[in-house]
Amino acid sequence: MDPAWLPPLGIAVPLLGSCVLLAVARFAPRVVTDVIAIATALISTAAMAGLLVATTSNRVVTWAGGWTPTQNLTVGIVLQADQIGAGFALLACVLTVCALIYTWRYFEDAGAHVPVLILLFMAGMTGFSLTADLFNLFVFLELMGATAYALTGHKIEEPRSVQGGFTFGVVTSLGAYFMLAGIGILYARTGRLGMPQIGSALDGHGMDALVLLAMVLVLTGLLVKAAIVPFHFWLADAHAVAPTPVCVLFSGVMAPLGIYGTMRVTTTVFGGVLPPSTLHHTLVLLGVVTAVLGAVLSLIQRHLKRMLAYSTIAHLGLFLVGMATLTANGVAGSVVYVLGHAGVKGALFLLVGALLARKGNVDEISLYRQGTNDGLTRWLFPLAALALAGLPPFGTGLGKAISEEATGSPWLIGTFVLVSAATGGAVLRASLRIHFGLGPQPYEADRDTTSGDDEKPEGRFPHRTPATMLTAILVLLTGGLLVGVLPVISRIIGDGAQRFLDRQGFIEQTLYSYEPVRLAELSHVEWNWAAVLLGLLSVLLAVAIALIGVFRGVPQWLDKPLHVVHRLHSGHVGDYVAWLVLGIAALAALFSLS
Amino acid sequence: MSVFPYLVAAWLLLVGCFGVVRSRDLVHTVVCVAVAQSGTYVLLLSVGYQKGASAPVQGAPGPVVDPVVQALTLTDIVVSATVTALLLALVIQIAKREDTVDADKLDELRG
Repeated sequence: MDPAWLPPLGIAVPLLGSCVLLAVARFAPRVVTDVIAIATALISTAAMAGLLVATTSNRVVTWAGGWTPTQNLTVGIVLQADQIGAGFALLACVLTVCALIYTWRYFEDAGAHVPVLILLFMAGMTGFSLTADLFNLFVFLELMGATAYALTGHKIEEPRSVQGGFTFGVVTSLGAYFMLAGIGILYARTGRLGMPQIGSALDGHGMDALVLLAMVLVLTGLLVKAAIVPFHFWLADAHAVAPTPVCVLFSGVMAPLGIYGTMRVTTTVFGGVLPPSTLHHTLVLLGVVTAVLGAVLSLIQRHLKRMLAYSTIAHLGLFLVGMATLTANGVAGSVVYVLGHAGVKGALFLLVGALLARKGNVDEISLYRQGTNDGLTRWLFPLAALALAGLPPFGTGLGKAISEEATGSPWLIGTFVLVSAATGGAVLRASLRIHFGLGPQPYEADRDTTSGDDEKPEGRFPHRTPATMLTAILVLLTGGLLVGVLPVISRIIGDGAQRFLDRQGFIEQTLYSYEPVRLAELSHVEWNWAAVLLGLLSVLLAVAIALIGVFRGVPQWLDKPLHVVHRLHSGHVGDYVAWLVLGIAALAALFSLS
Repeated sequence: MSVFPYLVAAWLLLVGCFGVVRSRDLVHTVVCVAVAQSGTYVLLLSVGYQKGASAPVQGAPGPVVDPVVQALTLTDIVVSATVTALLLALVIQIAKREDTVDADKLDELRG
């Protein structure tokens, strides 16, 4: 059977479900709306799982409304799924299910607008993963964006929450408008909007200043979403204030989708006119700077959600470096890393959420020795911290090791090991202080940082962590483990990575329905001894960093430079937009110089 | 085709960003975001414009301007309305909670 009917389901089902939800929310009791929301997400998950299975044999191409191309003339809008795109769509659906389970009886207000927004957000993410049309990519980016701002600012009674939502909205909207300007220029140059169409049209044109400008503008919108330095400022503010289950979606799949979009667009649309070495060097540079800055900022946070947010930025940098190798192994490694990271980071966010629900505080210093009586969560927290650093056999460890191997450079391998160790170490340090009461009473840190003291408790469970919360945490952590353990997952992604980079096949199959060429079986996405050793090295370094942090603290001579780093993240929306414009100029310079 | 509308589009985009950077009032910030976005309308419409062509409706005599960019602009306007409304709602909440809409005085989140 032709699986072309599957991709639209990923977008249509959540849209339909959210409409039903809005219609019945007025008179139906809370439990009915929750069931409808979870059922909708589960149906989408099943559809995307079916799509992923279908893509293992071939790309799935759907022309919306049956407007198939005739003799190289296309007016239709195309959805195209390979294993990587379908994998991202499935990840979005699975994380949404987890977030919805976690929110079961979680929000005190009765209205159904949170599940409705979450479902719309999911529709944006699946659409973004599956579309092969540049303008639709922008539309789904905005759908993701608008619902995400609303979800971020959901706790309108909290000043921080609305400020974080506002900054997030302004910065990512401006990024998206630059992207739209770039799409307009590309349309002016080629008269097309689909990615394969623009790609094949540009092959004849070649690169010129206008195409370069368009590329920089399109990439700006995507890199803002991916929180790559210097476009990263919104992410920590948004994550610090968004409801915890929403953070799982932001960190686990929305920001990595920015990386996915960047790679999709650069390889298909500009693959014919952009020399691979230029792309490689630029993206590796951006990725390394992002990873290092994210790791440093993660280490110096005391607000736990901001700590996790900066560690996400660090990992996004690593994903970009892996992808930038432009080899099947590098891309496969990055995607495995994304999947493992989504599980582990999601579990960590929910663990912080459980702390917030019970103690009404997410500050590492104020929570010192406050969690020593916690049951299971006391042990899950440090385990997840080590998994974040790359503990074998978690998916994070496997993805990290394959990406490291694919970069083939000792410097980049060193960056991977140190950055992942630093992010794991920061979280482990917090856990050792909070849950195990190690070390002396921590003292007040830099005054130019956000403390986690003034947060309102989320949910209404002061005495115990409810079973639904624990279930979601365990599901996510197990998921992160399974990504590394099940060979079938890494095999599908390994094959998918080859197809992802096969530009010729992408264009020919989408536009002319040619049968794809069988790709060589070359992906080795599996554990080996070097991978295990590098993973263990990261874990050891993470433990060392955590112990130094707990017992020795930050050395004095670092105070001044770290204060400067803190000051750069001023929380002022104007500053962040100035960085955005500067970033566009820097991106243009990087691409035109190399 | 004149280069003038493209210069206007670029100017609007940049001046909108400049306005956000220099803004002392969040309502002004939101309006500046909308100004930056109107740069994209001008850009899209001038891409499809032809001198002497008529509106792209069925049965129009002679050449018509490109209907695709007009559809894109309409989508863009819808997006703009959503985002502007949402941002203004957030500004109202900020004003209620903090008693100020001066971006320089709002520093709850930093570091």
